[in-house]
Amino acid sequence: MSFMQISDLNVHYPIRGGFFNTVIDKVYAVDGVTMEFEKGKTYGLVGESGSGKSTTGKAIIGLEKITSGQIFYEGENVTNQRRKRDSAYNKDIQMIFQDSHSSMNPRKRVIDILAEPLRNFMKLSDQEERKRIKELLAIVGMSEDVLLKYPHEFSGGQKQRLGIARAVACNPKMIIADEPVSALDLSVQAQVLNFMKDIQSEFGLSYLFISHDLGVVKHMCDHIAIMYKGRFVETGTRNDIYMNPQHIYTKRLLSAIPNIDPETRLERKKTRQDVEVNYQKEQHKYYDEHGKVYPLKSISDTHKVAMSDIEREGI
Amino acid sequence: MNTANDLLTIRNLTTSFRIKETYHAAVEDVSLSLKKNEVLAIVGESGCGKSTLATSIVGLYNTVNTKVTGEIFYNNQNLTQLNDEQFNSLRGNHIGFIFQDPLSALNPLMRIGEQIAEGLMYHTKLSKQQRQERVLELLNQVGIANPERVARQFPHQLSGGMRQRVVIAIALSCKPSILIADEPTTALDVTIQAQILDLLKVLQSETETGIILITHDLGVVAEIADRVAVMYAGEVVEEAPVQELFTNAKHPYTRSLLNSIPQTHSENERLEVIQGMVPSLMNLPREGCRFSARIPWVDASAHERKPQLHEIAPGHFVRCTCWKHFHLEGEEGGGTK
Repeated sequence: MSFMQISDLNVHYPIRGGFFNTVIDKVYAVDGVTMEFEKGKTYGLVGESGSGKSTTGKAIIGLEKITSGQIFYEGENVTNQRRKRDSAYNKDIQMIFQDSHSSMNPRKRVIDILAEPLRNFMKLSDQEERKRIKELLAIVGMSEDVLLKYPHEFSGGQKQRLGIARAVACNPKMIIADEPVSALDLSVQAQVLNFMKDIQSEFGLSYLFISHDLGVVKHMCDHIAIMYKGRFVETGTRNDIYMNPQHIYTKRLLSAIPNIDPETRLERKKTRQDVEVNYQKEQHKYYDEHGKVYPLKSISDTHKVAMSDIEREGI
Repeated sequence: MNTANDLLTIRNLTTSFRIKETYHAAVEDVSLSLKKNEVLAIVGESGCGKSTLATSIVGLYNTVNTKVTGEIFYNNQNLTQLNDEQFNSLRGNHIGFIFQDPLSALNPLMRIGEQIAEGLMYHTKLSKQQRQERVLELLNQVGIANPERVARQFPHQLSGGMRQRVVIAIALSCKPSILIADEPTTALDVTIQAQILDLLKVLQSETETGIILITHDLGVVAEIADRVAVMYAGEVVEEAPVQELFTNAKHPYTRSLLNSIPQTHSENERLEVIQGMVPSLMNLPREGCRFSARIPWVDASAHERKPQLHEIAPGHFVRCTCWKHFHLEGEEGGGTK
């Protein structure tokens, strides 16, 4: 059973102009996204820059105003209702940011950074709070002598781990991770991804994992949604997407992933160019007259692909 | 002196930065060579000195706080001995440089066309009309549709991929014989990255340029490189042809790095993590094997006291002897932590 449902989420930004500065057009950053989240699963959101994946994440947690659509959390409608401080939703949904450095107040010490969510959502005594902070540091594998340090004294990987510690402080049910490893080196990336998996199995967390790195997404996610211009192009389980991609945009994205086998690189280049030629030739079939993606249609229990009604009859 | 078919020869290059009155070497005793029509990839994590190596070649360092020793030969000229004026006639003309962040490499107040023509103005005797033609030709060459319009636009009007193409066009404007690309695709999406890599390859086959590609992405290396040098803590720890490196890597660092790529693992498996961190410049262990601190389970006697590069197969060099005793976790022969 899913504990959280998002139905037909829209985030539009108005473009103002003209003599009276009236709204003349809109940017459809997120345009009708529907998702469900189950406990303990990882959901991947993939797309190129500008496809609206970060906006989706921010809209879910309430950092972007939702234009229309609903978010239900354990049966409760929580759309645009984030003003109440003691709402369970605020506490249970947390976020890890891409740039861990700018997501921490440079003038606060680690102890205060980690205590902030505790002070907001949990009524702990000073001793309990300190004990909890030490636990958190232990979870992310850092020693207690960092408590009085400032964010700038840490390396990128350590800062990202502090970001994770802060996100798990109040035992959330779900964490939205917006490109958590894209600024990190390979070996540090491996560390952070391992941590995220450990914490998940320990606390039964769900992740919404936003990334443009298809290799990392393949490693982390159970369900994957590919996004293009604010809409889902294809959603499905990991195997649906990687073994049986249906939409031409998904195929193009997958063919562009660099592989670490130099022997097959000429072949891959050929496939990639074929897909690209195909994409240029066939793309009008996959997008409507405004260049948008068609609504999703199910082709199996888990696998949904965007296609037009005509094509649907063909299958 | 350059040997017969080397375009660029680097010998014993050491670049040190001054921090509080002492010099700390960020690149130490690096010797590499680049041939015509070759892509040499330099791989490593951040802080291993790969970008410092690149800026040392073209002299883009701060002359007050930086000390460069060793030799870099190009056309029988030692680049480390050049003054600014001599360097200016080389940079852009003979050696092109592609920067990582295309937005900060471009001047926000200049039109694209003018920026590309700038190098041509200094290095060639083309007339204004000819320069304009060359600009359009270059934009066409890097795959920008509608070059006339783009030439009149400003950098902020272009997308990330387009900007990177413009930066490549600038680097190629004077038909350089060496192209240094410092993380040319790191800021880009995978589809654009694939296009840019293909583009570099096509341009190379047309002009026989030697390319030095600096990257931390081993996927990119496997896509495009001919030869690879792996750097760790300022030293080259392994150098090999690309096939050899991916199938038969020897140095513990290279092997751990290859092992931490999510791709090489089946799903849900734990990723390999290298213990510890890259040491900072001031805390570099200057004696003995620099990687030894991160593989503590390998016996100290396995390391050389002064690790040297050994040629173990034609063209395949490995530093130190510890690779003979190194095993990844779960492999035959131990590797217990």
